[in-house]
Amino acid sequence: MLGTKTKVLLILWLLFMAVLPFVMPNQYYLGNLIIVGLYTLVGIGLCLLMGFAGQVSLGHAAFYGLGAYSSALLTVHFDLSPVLALVAAAVLTGLIAFFLGIPAMRLEEHYLALATLGWGIIVFIFFNEQTSLTGGPSGFSGIPYFSIGPLVFSSDMSFYYLVLAVVALGMLLAYNLVHSRMGRALRALRTSEAAAQSLGIATSRYKNRVFVISAVYASISGSLYCHYVTFISPSPFGFQASIEFVLIAVVGGLASIFGPVFGAAAVIALTEGVGAVMPKFFPYAGSEFEIIIYGCLLVIIMIFVPEGLTAALKKKRLRDKIEFGYRLLWRGLKDASRGC
Amino acid sequence: MNRKTLLTLGAVLVLVLILAAGCGGGGEETSEEAEAYKIGAIFDISGPASSLGVPERNTALLIEEQINAAGGIDGHPVEIIIEDNESNETKAVQAAKKLIEVDQVLAIVGPSTTGTSMAIIDTVQKSEVPMVSAAAGVGIAYPPGERHWVFKTAQNDSLVIGKVVDYLVAQGLTRVAFLNMNNAFGDSGRAEFEKASTPAGIDVVAWEKFGATDKDMTAQLTRIKAADPDAVVVWAIPPSASIVTKNYRQLGIDAPLIHSHGVGNRAFIELAGDASEGVIFPVGKLLVAEQLTDDDPQKEVLVKYAQDYEAKFEEPRSTFGGHGWDAVSVVLEALKTSGPDRAKLRDAIEGTENFAGISGVFNFSPDDHAGLDKSSLVIVKIVNGEWTILEGGN
Amino acid sequence: MEYASQIMQYALTGLTLGGIYSVVALGFVVIYSVTGIINFAHGECVMLGAMVSVSCLGAGFPLSLSIFTAVVAVAVFGIIFEKLTVAPAKKASAVTLIIITIGAAIAIRGAALLVWGASPYPMPAFTSEQPLYVAGATVLPQSIWVMATSTAIFGGLYLLFNKSRTGKALRAAAMDRVAALLMGISPQRMSSLAFGLSAATAALAGAVVAPITTATYDMGLMLGLKGFIAASMGGLTSVTWAILGGFFLGLLESFGAGLISSNYKEAFAFILLIAILFRNALSGSRSKTVEKKV
Repeated sequence: MLGTKTKVLLILWLLFMAVLPFVMPNQYYLGNLIIVGLYTLVGIGLCLLMGFAGQVSLGHAAFYGLGAYSSALLTVHFDLSPVLALVAAAVLTGLIAFFLGIPAMRLEEHYLALATLGWGIIVFIFFNEQTSLTGGPSGFSGIPYFSIGPLVFSSDMSFYYLVLAVVALGMLLAYNLVHSRMGRALRALRTSEAAAQSLGIATSRYKNRVFVISAVYASISGSLYCHYVTFISPSPFGFQASIEFVLIAVVGGLASIFGPVFGAAAVIALTEGVGAVMPKFFPYAGSEFEIIIYGCLLVIIMIFVPEGLTAALKKKRLRDKIEFGYRLLWRGLKDASRGC
Repeated sequence: MNRKTLLTLGAVLVLVLILAAGCGGGGEETSEEAEAYKIGAIFDISGPASSLGVPERNTALLIEEQINAAGGIDGHPVEIIIEDNESNETKAVQAAKKLIEVDQVLAIVGPSTTGTSMAIIDTVQKSEVPMVSAAAGVGIAYPPGERHWVFKTAQNDSLVIGKVVDYLVAQGLTRVAFLNMNNAFGDSGRAEFEKASTPAGIDVVAWEKFGATDKDMTAQLTRIKAADPDAVVVWAIPPSASIVTKNYRQLGIDAPLIHSHGVGNRAFIELAGDASEGVIFPVGKLLVAEQLTDDDPQKEVLVKYAQDYEAKFEEPRSTFGGHGWDAVSVVLEALKTSGPDRAKLRDAIEGTENFAGISGVFNFSPDDHAGLDKSSLVIVKIVNGEWTILEGGN
Repeated sequence: MEYASQIMQYALTGLTLGGIYSVVALGFVVIYSVTGIINFAHGECVMLGAMVSVSCLGAGFPLSLSIFTAVVAVAVFGIIFEKLTVAPAKKASAVTLIIITIGAAIAIRGAALLVWGASPYPMPAFTSEQPLYVAGATVLPQSIWVMATSTAIFGGLYLLFNKSRTGKALRAAAMDRVAALLMGISPQRMSSLAFGLSAATAALAGAVVAPITTATYDMGLMLGLKGFIAASMGGLTSVTWAILGGFFLGLLESFGAGLISSNYKEAFAFILLIAILFRNALSGSRSKTVEKKV
């Protein structure tokens, strides 16, 4: 199953995350971590699609939204238990992805990107227009908390552990997938589709499977999201969100399971950091700087490290540079302390 | 420990530091002589609803300045901590949590829109923090039994529609077409009009919608023109509302054009130009403050706010800023009697009586967390690019 | 309103929208046919053209000077943009480039928000605001300006690409980089030129469209997307199809909204996009994918 190194890293990470809430000064950061977790989940699916299968989706917020709305509707209007609703939503989203994927996976790289872009926007419009079903732009509230049997996840703390567990599970599954037969086929595909086909690998079928899996990841994350906010409306599921997911996958790295974790944490930390620092300089500014930095970050990363930061860290040259930076820092600190 | 692990751990450390820095904003606080009363404010300062959030933010800053110059409340300075939720619900929830947990605010003012307000209700109720929203959706503070901690200051859209229906009936305009913007605001207006029209004897001959980013509404208006209505009601905010108005005149539709309170700002007139002539809409009294009779209980407050705001920000007055004024002022007024206790503050807010605000005279009660009635609105007509009162507020 | 006038109105509205989309679409074609890049920051150049024009007008410049300034400024911006974001990513895949331009678009939009704020800015029509009457339906004079500008740009580009030496150099660089180099044509120069030219047309488009739509910091997103959809009807390589595609899309939206459903008006454009993509893919026109040449 898992290689030793990865096993150790995973356990270390799990321990770290499990202890984190108790070390944090207060509960607000818990909320942030929950959002990071939900985005990570989508990111894992997207990484599988983009990194291992080499396909692109600029409309993944659609699946996120489909999961959220399905869960919301099933629990509010049909009194289904949240777990059942989550599973049903995942199945529904998976089916939609499957049927969408049949024609879509035949498209070439950037045609697929554009098709998913269009798809994402169409779904968003659907959420806004089908008022009788979705409540339109005003959405609806009253979504129950997530519960497994008698266990109700109403507090942030409990929900955090739920999300952590789901993310860990998601990572394990993704790891298994990557190291399975399908994973090897996918990697072959990514390197050269023609070669893979000549080896008898049913490329379209595998591509579609990954597409469906990535959609299901997003759907599950969406379902959890709606039980967290207990209110739903179309606005979190637009083009902006799709780009945010791509940013996370890209920042974190498309070649590693820890990539999306890193990516989601980095993106949200950056947003919070900018949000905290900027008002000190520009009291009248809203979040314009966040938007600008977002965009610049995306551009810079895609130009210099398109495989993402974790993959880049694996590269020797970058490692050397970082090490050099650390050495400088250490020397600087030593000098400074001597001077005191 | 090999190099790679060290580097990875180093990267993680850096990340945690960034996170800490990002969240460090709420940590250090110098202690002051009299502890400041902290109020949280969440507004849609950037994003599609910024024309609501910016005046609200400005107004909050204005009030903070004024009240601290007057010595604060019982000698305690007032600190209003403002967050921008970017018209985004997830961020609204995050902002609410930050204000409650990190900043330990006594109450939350805002958000600016119905969607973002609805999103944080669960959070404020769980944490038992009073919230006064500046948004219009009825569902925000209704039913009061399920909204123990939630209040609102903008007129309920049901109230505004009621005012419009009254006007239509009084003018004998019973064949009406309804066109709304496809967002929470427009949607809510439409839902209320659906409810109110039939009992009032109004026959809606056309229901049309347009997208928030649409640049041209002639298709929808063409269909409306074909239905030959006595009057057309439009529920939208600028710039869409202005585009619709221009299209309306372009198509040469004669019927009176009645807008929502969403056009109660100078931007609407500037963008619509001459097309805005003759537009009729219901709105709070702020826009026509100077035209009110002296015995109007709101006149003094209105005129002062309008003057102060326009002087300080060199921007025309805005009814949205007014909703923000009401939310902050209601909280501060209640704070005078309750002291720094969230539960007592909530009770004090609920007990607000006859409070002359910008949007109207507020009367909250355990059965009414919205506090206003039709007298808070007037019917206004745009004549020569200026607002004139058509009908008093009753 | 009689049925005939209704139809006429939908048609005129459709042509107005179509004019807007086609003038945006042309810029996409310029860049793609020379460099093989789909530039999602193009919509933002349109927005910048509108905003700069409005600012110049506000500063007291006369109309023609305002537009001229906007066109020149945005063209220069386009060249800088190419140097900063596209040139360094020479070896990147097509998808990476798309994401880069999307990221750049986001950054530009944020900067515009910072500089100009979120409120919409009105711009006076070039000639008159009074609508013209055609067969019981109305059209604004500004719409005529839009269509005229679109045609003029189209004409200019057609002449450039087919009749001038620079145009031939541009097309040579697109077809075969090495051969072009051998002939003394610099692919980098051509790439910069393409971006600058595209940005200039975008700015002009923005200036002529703003009186109808008002200038807002976020007008670029949807306009860009729809202009792109229009251009892709011709595989992104044909200026003729950019124009025809633009008008087709405008009419589709207008008649769709008028006759079918005004609710899903926005969706028509994207359904069309998906249809085009699938048609391209299924008919095996993979040759349409021009590899990055410069």
